[in-house]
Amino acid sequence: MLAPPRLIQTLAVALVAAGVAMPLAAQTPAAAADVAFMQGMIAHHAQAIDMVALIAQRTTTKAMRALGERINVSQKDEILMMQTWLRAQHQDAPDPLAHMDMDMGDHAMAMMPGMLTKAQMDALATAKGVAFDRLFLAGMIQHHTGALTMVRELFATTGAAQNTAIFRFASDVDADQRAEIARMRAMLNPMHLK
Amino acid sequence: MPVVASLHRCARRVLPLALAVCSLSTALVAQGASTTDPRASLKPGWKDAGEAALNLRVVSTAWKPEGMYDARNLGNFAFLNSDLAFSGPYVFQGNFNGIQIWDASDLKRLKLKTMVTCPGGQGDVSVHGNLMFMSVEETRGRVDCGAGGVPDTVSAERFRGVRIFDISDIEHPTIITQVQTCRGSHTHTLLEDPKDKGVIYIYVQGTSVVRSPSELAGCSRVRPEQDANSSLFRIEVIRVPLASPKEAKVINSPRIFADSTGAIAGLWKGGAHGEGTQSTSETNQCHDITVYPAIGLAAGACSGNGIILDISDPANPKRTAEVIDPNFAYWHSANFSNDGSKVLFTDEWGGGTAPRCRVTDKMTWGADAIFAIKGRTLTLGGYYKLPVAQTASENCVAHNGSIIPVPGRDIMAQGWYQGGVSVFDFTDPAHVQEIAYFDRGPVSADTLHTGGSWAAYWHNGYLYSTEIARGLDVLELTPSAFLSANEIAAAALVRHDVNNPQTQLKNVWPAQAVVARAYLDQLVRGNGLRAVRTADIGAAIDAAEQATGAARKAAYAKLAKSLATDAKTASDAGRVKELAAVVEAMAK
Repeated sequence: MLAPPRLIQTLAVALVAAGVAMPLAAQTPAAAADVAFMQGMIAHHAQAIDMVALIAQRTTTKAMRALGERINVSQKDEILMMQTWLRAQHQDAPDPLAHMDMDMGDHAMAMMPGMLTKAQMDALATAKGVAFDRLFLAGMIQHHTGALTMVRELFATTGAAQNTAIFRFASDVDADQRAEIARMRAMLNPMHLK
Repeated sequence: MPVVASLHRCARRVLPLALAVCSLSTALVAQGASTTDPRASLKPGWKDAGEAALNLRVVSTAWKPEGMYDARNLGNFAFLNSDLAFSGPYVFQGNFNGIQIWDASDLKRLKLKTMVTCPGGQGDVSVHGNLMFMSVEETRGRVDCGAGGVPDTVSAERFRGVRIFDISDIEHPTIITQVQTCRGSHTHTLLEDPKDKGVIYIYVQGTSVVRSPSELAGCSRVRPEQDANSSLFRIEVIRVPLASPKEAKVINSPRIFADSTGAIAGLWKGGAHGEGTQSTSETNQCHDITVYPAIGLAAGACSGNGIILDISDPANPKRTAEVIDPNFAYWHSANFSNDGSKVLFTDEWGGGTAPRCRVTDKMTWGADAIFAIKGRTLTLGGYYKLPVAQTASENCVAHNGSIIPVPGRDIMAQGWYQGGVSVFDFTDPAHVQEIAYFDRGPVSADTLHTGGSWAAYWHNGYLYSTEIARGLDVLELTPSAFLSANEIAAAALVRHDVNNPQTQLKNVWPAQAVVARAYLDQLVRGNGLRAVRTADIGAAIDAAEQATGAARKAAYAKLAKSLATDAKTASDAGRVKELAAVVEAMAK
């Protein structure tokens, strides 16, 4: 509920200044949960990029290639953004893209929600054609759904997402990955996998 | 500069109006983004970044005041500048940390009149009379405007929604009331009640996390299939009685995505558009709604769809049309053409913080799409994307803008974040043509700091670009082969005392010689009428302006008569008729 109007008015008057320099107090600091979210999401995104790297050799479907291009561009950009943010906070910024040529799914990183197991990644790396498309879509839906879980857990943590960059990024991850899940569900319809 | 030289050559050879055969952007869109344009390689920097401008002149730049930026981290999200509103001599500029009110009486030197520190993002701002409205979406937003955030996941201290200020004392805005909403307010849109001047409505667009019902009663995070009162798949309508604005409250949550069977999530459940297409958002939210009261319609940019709403009953908007587009990732904002026959939607692929204008990025992803509106049908006419490659250190994608009121043409100014300001003609949506631009180099050479033009809006003769990391730029159009001095002067005749850009205003031109000359320039440029006639008409207007009183009126009456004859044979008869109508009005 709102505070009584008279109280709000008094507070607002105190907070408003005509052209007077204000202290830089408005930046809510990042919480430990924010840092862990970003570090975990880098590992999470890195696996998506590993998965997308398989598309070129294993599918014949144009829609799959377009999906892969979008995921690749989006998640690589976001990894760079997360690394920049972590370094600015003087935190460890994992760099999975630096050894991208290594075996798929073999990053020495914690398993975040929705990430594919080694066995799932191996199966994906040996599948071809429609079988690959199906495995990929099911795997990426599982993967993205894990990202939604990470966002939900972040917002449910006391003190988390008070930092604007985190709030905005987590909101974007939720919107973007929800979108991609919806699209991939539709693609799993056999009509789209000719 | 080779670009300019080629524009002039082009303008003499083919006259770029509707047929933009030699236009800058058409040529470049065909080949992808240009890497040789001056904008592609500007010197990085904050206040000392390199600048490039074509057919636009910087009148002044008001740099961010202390308290609205973080000198140690220029891209700090807590201090981004956001949207603008205009009222009288003042420009209201939102910031994730509050609001800046600029006195623009002297455009060469904007003065900071008032700074309101009230964090919560995005700080989108609107003005109506003595009321100022501010969007708050983040979970750190506080009821008391404090800076400490709200760590608890359920708290009475949290504010997310629309703050309403009294600005009758412009130097001391005070909060009248704050209307809480379930998803906060990412953006909002003001709409006057057409039948009751004492009431305005605010459409609230929330796009982020739904809060707990323990914090705000009635909020529901689950899908409508599980809960008919889901806070997803809706907008909120706040009613503000002007006589007692403290009574403002949410009076409706229209289910504008429902289908004919009543399914709340009926519009677009997401999915593929076919081969080679991009993914589309599940439409459970609107990012932005532009209302156009003069035609009784609104255009909603609603994640996975563009939609048209009938707003004749403003408290109960009704969807009349919707469209999907295979290239769109996230439907972000909309503008109507002045005559309401077209709507331009933007795709904010990457959320505005990603560099999506690199030479490798597709020209149809993160672009504008222009649709013709015919009743319940929207038909794609074409795309427009900033025709210039930007670096990986520059966030860049289609963002907010407004119509420039040049009579007889559809021209828009638009902010492209660190891609700068682009002014373009979309009269022919299949051949959109850039006619002016202004850009700075990246805020940083090696780090992507979120910055650039959040929006570029035309207001009373000038463009105002709200610069996320730097401040507020005032820009002026300069004449070129693409836009004549008469056309710019005619645009400047359209005045609005109050301008909230998401509430689109109808542009009407007074009957003045410069408006007639603007149409005449267009007939010359587009070969819309034989050259011997356009020369005669120009001379006739000059002569009439030399005369006074009854003699002038008689001269215009005579000219109007001859124009009626011209319209029968002219290749651009419509434009000749527009010209004739202005001349006829001057004869009265």
